[in-house]
Amino acid sequence: MNDLIKVEGLRTHFFTDEGVVKAVDGVEFSIPMGKTVCVVGESGSGKSMTGRSILNMIPYPGRVLEGAVHWRPNGAAPIDLLSLDPKGRAIRAIRGKDIALISQEPMAALSPVHTIGNQMVETIRMHLGLSKSEARQRAVEMLDKVGIPRPADRLDSYAFELSGGMRQRVCIALAVACEPKLLIADEPTTALDVTTQANILDLFRQLRDDMGVSILFITHDLGVVAEIADEVVVMYLGQVVEQGPVRQIFHDPLHPYTRALLGSVPRLSRNRKERLATIHGMVPSPFERPSGCLFHPRCDVAESGLCDRVMPALTRTPTGRAVRCVKAEASHE
Amino acid sequence: MTEAAIDRPGDAPAGEKKSVAVSGQWRLIWLRFRRHKLAFWSGVIVIAIYLVAAFSDFLAPTTANHYAAQYTYAPPQRVKLFGQDAQGQRHLFYVNDYVVTVDSIALTRNFEVDESAVIGLGFFVKGEPYRLWGLVPMERRLFGPKEAGQPFYLFGADRLGRDVFSRTVHGTRVSMSIGLIGVAISLALGILLGGISGLLGGWVDEVIQRTIEFLKAIPTIPLWMGLAAAIPLNIQPLIVYFWITVILSLIGWTDIARIVRGRFLALKTEDFVTAARLDGCGQQRIIWRHMVPSFMSHLIASTTLAIPAMILAETALSFLGIGLRPPVVSWGVLLKESQSILAVSNAPWLFLPGLAVIIAVLSLNFLGDGLRDAADPYGR
Amino acid sequence: MLTYILRRILFMVPITLAISLVTFIIIQLPPGDFVTALSAQMSENNEQIDPATLEALRQRYGFDQPMIVQYWKWITNIVLYGDFGQSFEWNRPVSDLIWERLGLTLVVSFATLIFVWVLAFPIGIYSAVRQYSWGDYIATFFGFIGLAVPNFLLALVLMYFTSRYMGANVGGLFSADYVNADWSWGRIVDLMNHLWVPVIVLGTGGTAALIRVMRANLLDELQKPYVEMARARGLSETWLLLKYPVRVALNPFISTLGWILPTLVSGAVVTAIVLSLPTSGPLLLNALFAQDMYLAGSFILLLSILTLIGTLISDLLLAWLDPRIRYD
Ligand SMILES: Nc1ncnc2c1ncn2[C@@H]1O[C@H](COP(=O)(O)OP(=O)(O)OP(=O)(O)O)[C@@H](O)[C@H]1O
Ligand code: SF4
Ligand SMILES: [Mg+2]
Repeated sequence: MNDLIKVEGLRTHFFTDEGVVKAVDGVEFSIPMGKTVCVVGESGSGKSMTGRSILNMIPYPGRVLEGAVHWRPNGAAPIDLLSLDPKGRAIRAIRGKDIALISQEPMAALSPVHTIGNQMVETIRMHLGLSKSEARQRAVEMLDKVGIPRPADRLDSYAFELSGGMRQRVCIALAVACEPKLLIADEPTTALDVTTQANILDLFRQLRDDMGVSILFITHDLGVVAEIADEVVVMYLGQVVEQGPVRQIFHDPLHPYTRALLGSVPRLSRNRKERLATIHGMVPSPFERPSGCLFHPRCDVAESGLCDRVMPALTRTPTGRAVRCVKAEASHE
Repeated sequence: MTEAAIDRPGDAPAGEKKSVAVSGQWRLIWLRFRRHKLAFWSGVIVIAIYLVAAFSDFLAPTTANHYAAQYTYAPPQRVKLFGQDAQGQRHLFYVNDYVVTVDSIALTRNFEVDESAVIGLGFFVKGEPYRLWGLVPMERRLFGPKEAGQPFYLFGADRLGRDVFSRTVHGTRVSMSIGLIGVAISLALGILLGGISGLLGGWVDEVIQRTIEFLKAIPTIPLWMGLAAAIPLNIQPLIVYFWITVILSLIGWTDIARIVRGRFLALKTEDFVTAARLDGCGQQRIIWRHMVPSFMSHLIASTTLAIPAMILAETALSFLGIGLRPPVVSWGVLLKESQSILAVSNAPWLFLPGLAVIIAVLSLNFLGDGLRDAADPYGR
Repeated sequence: MLTYILRRILFMVPITLAISLVTFIIIQLPPGDFVTALSAQMSENNEQIDPATLEALRQRYGFDQPMIVQYWKWITNIVLYGDFGQSFEWNRPVSDLIWERLGLTLVVSFATLIFVWVLAFPIGIYSAVRQYSWGDYIATFFGFIGLAVPNFLLALVLMYFTSRYMGANVGGLFSADYVNADWSWGRIVDLMNHLWVPVIVLGTGGTAALIRVMRANLLDELQKPYVEMARARGLSETWLLLKYPVRVALNPFISTLGWILPTLVSGAVVTAIVLSLPTSGPLLLNALFAQDMYLAGSFILLLSILTLIGTLISDLLLAWLDPRIRYD
């Protein structure tokens, strides 16, 4: 397959005073060229840290223990991003140019004391080697592209002068300014109101179609997934529990966790009397990881003696899906 | 927890529930504070210092103004636990006497340690009679020379042959209490004005805020100096003490008022205050029963941090000679003795009361920091 | 921005007025006025004094009139004629006595401020970036010592050690040759040679406090998403550190000028007395002892106004640096 990036056996742990947090513990997936892959999961499942690991940007006290991120932007021999020095030139030339990050918090993602233009021009000049006026020109074009009115004026504004939706647009303009091949969007719509959310999602779709950029879209909102994803990766406690094309995930979820997640999405079509299903129990503390299948304390179909003993492997099905559940394996053999 | 409360309405009286919640919060603060090692041990030291202040008469080997002219500027003696005297007799817990020679030209005394002369020390020895807290007549002291009147200078002697150690211990009372009383006045003023400011808002708030800004902009020492100098020279030391505390607390209340105001503004909108209002509690009651307790922890922390500032200020003023004056004994008054460089180069032990200041100020600072962190781990 | 500056400067007016009023009340606190004190002193020395002269003085300062009139005369004399009144102890106009000393106070405070900033800024950054390293612990330790040791004690200890081990007397701001000399290059060099002692003494506390401020602020800022986003844009670590979080943490640092200046001026008064510097401190103290209230009052007034101006400068600097304030 024509994969832009391939993550293999990724394990990222945090070594805190209270103990080790296995934020990412054996994650693998790949992103095909020009496609959008959504990573979903409850809070704390390691979605953001997966995205940061790809950029080789794990904050202290975290560390990538194992794994590889094979980056193959143009069919050439892949580079393992994790083998690069996280502060070195090589990875810095990729960050912001080939792979760009969009953050969860548009409010705080821009410097409070620098103008938008300052930050955009800085990035464009660094990666594209343009002159100052050319970089400004490009910055204006980019702001225009993401739908910011009067872009030339906005360039000299500060972040606090813009609304949340506008700021997120600026962040997106900043991210796509150097024509990246991969966008990592970490819950880009979570902090926004519903109307703005929809507009921003439209913008992502438009960018994907115009620029052919691949997107790693992190979210815990299945409604958003349904709108934008080609592929879905479901995570639980740092592991991939299910992966597959979006239609199949929605119509035929294999993993009990995915089914539970889907069950908790409110639908208009649903019978009023039917109670909204929630996943019972809570996400366990990162220091008390269950034995066997990590999901078994909350799983409806767990089998004692089996699920609490054996950690199921991530098994691929012939249809290009993957699932980590003993029951699912059995039913598909 | 919330669910349980909803499921079983009215099975516990509201008041009881509230007190559980409140004590839970105090417990949480205490647990967080316990974890903070440095702050915890600083707290222990602070308590120890206040105990010294309370029992200084008993703990100091001599009274504050006991002098002995023949021991002017005698250097500190070393306490020895075991040893022998000239006769080969063994001794436990003693100091050596001095050999004093008078330099008739420079008119100074030279002190040498006389290894052979032993001054035995003991616990609960009899010394000069005194009254504990001015009430209980006593003679015994925690420790001192077994034979009353023999020289015993742990921290050396000053210009008049007074024992610097005893005086430092005695000074603890005034220095530590001036901080405490000053803070109490600041606290009263701060809560009152900060509360008014936060509650009433409008132009009252504006006036109080501007006043605070104004007071903060004035350099404190010149202002204090001006005010302190206006205290007449011939009034009683106790009244001087009172005025000095008032002057010091004049500035201290501003920080507290700001905190109180901030909390009041924040609390005005909080749910349980609204709930109390809906329950029909009066304004007064809301303030004292609900709002004040909820920021007590913050106040305790910031007052703890205000005490060392007052101690330092008293020290500076007394050092300059416009704060407390002898015969009152405070750390600042003691340090005034070290003002002349001549005295100090001959008797550097006159700096030792400064050590008491540093220890007190440091431990109060650590304690305050720890309390603040424990009370509000996320805020600043 | 312009309205902000104007507003801020206008705000100075009532505060200055309030300060002058407070100062005047302090001057009036001791019983009697200086004319009475003067005549008492004169008659003590068996000097004859012309009652008409006394009367003229009374007129000039309005001693026979109500308080508010006296205040009015005092302040208008200062503002209109630069007449700060008469020092009865020195028997000279106050304005003859104060300017050089105030100037030197300014020099000492300013030098200390520079010292504090130059030292605290890099150490604060280092402490935050290398949190919990040995260097951080050492900085924190010295920070606490600097916080807890009173200025005058530090001055005394420094003097003790220099006189004992270096045989030098470090007091004063000038060597004997230059004390009464006119300003010349040599005198400036001499001043510089003496300045370091009071600067260290005064600066230690402030440096300690500022390191704590800088460290705490920068630690806060380092957590913020915009730092991570700058990293994700491919900036180098040093560049992004200096351009973003340090730049933002600079603002609270600048605003500390507002509160550090009053403490510096305060500390300078005490330190100057210990080190016998020819600045305002010792003269102020003497004036207070002698109840030479016009002299003392002028010092209190001018020192307060100096700090006010310092605060104003820091506010304007802050507005210039921080767009959030400027656009407010
Ligand atoms: N700096 C850190 N120090 C310690 N633990 C961390 C740190 N950052 C993240 N973690 C831990 O790593 C785990 C995964 O975090 P991550 O941010 O990837 O979750 P997430 O799936 O993005 O959740 P959310 O939806 O809340 O953003 C969490 O348990 C978190 O506590
Ligand atoms: S392995 Fe067992 S516990 Fe885990 S998801 Fe499958 S059925 Fe549930
Ligand atoms: Mg996240």
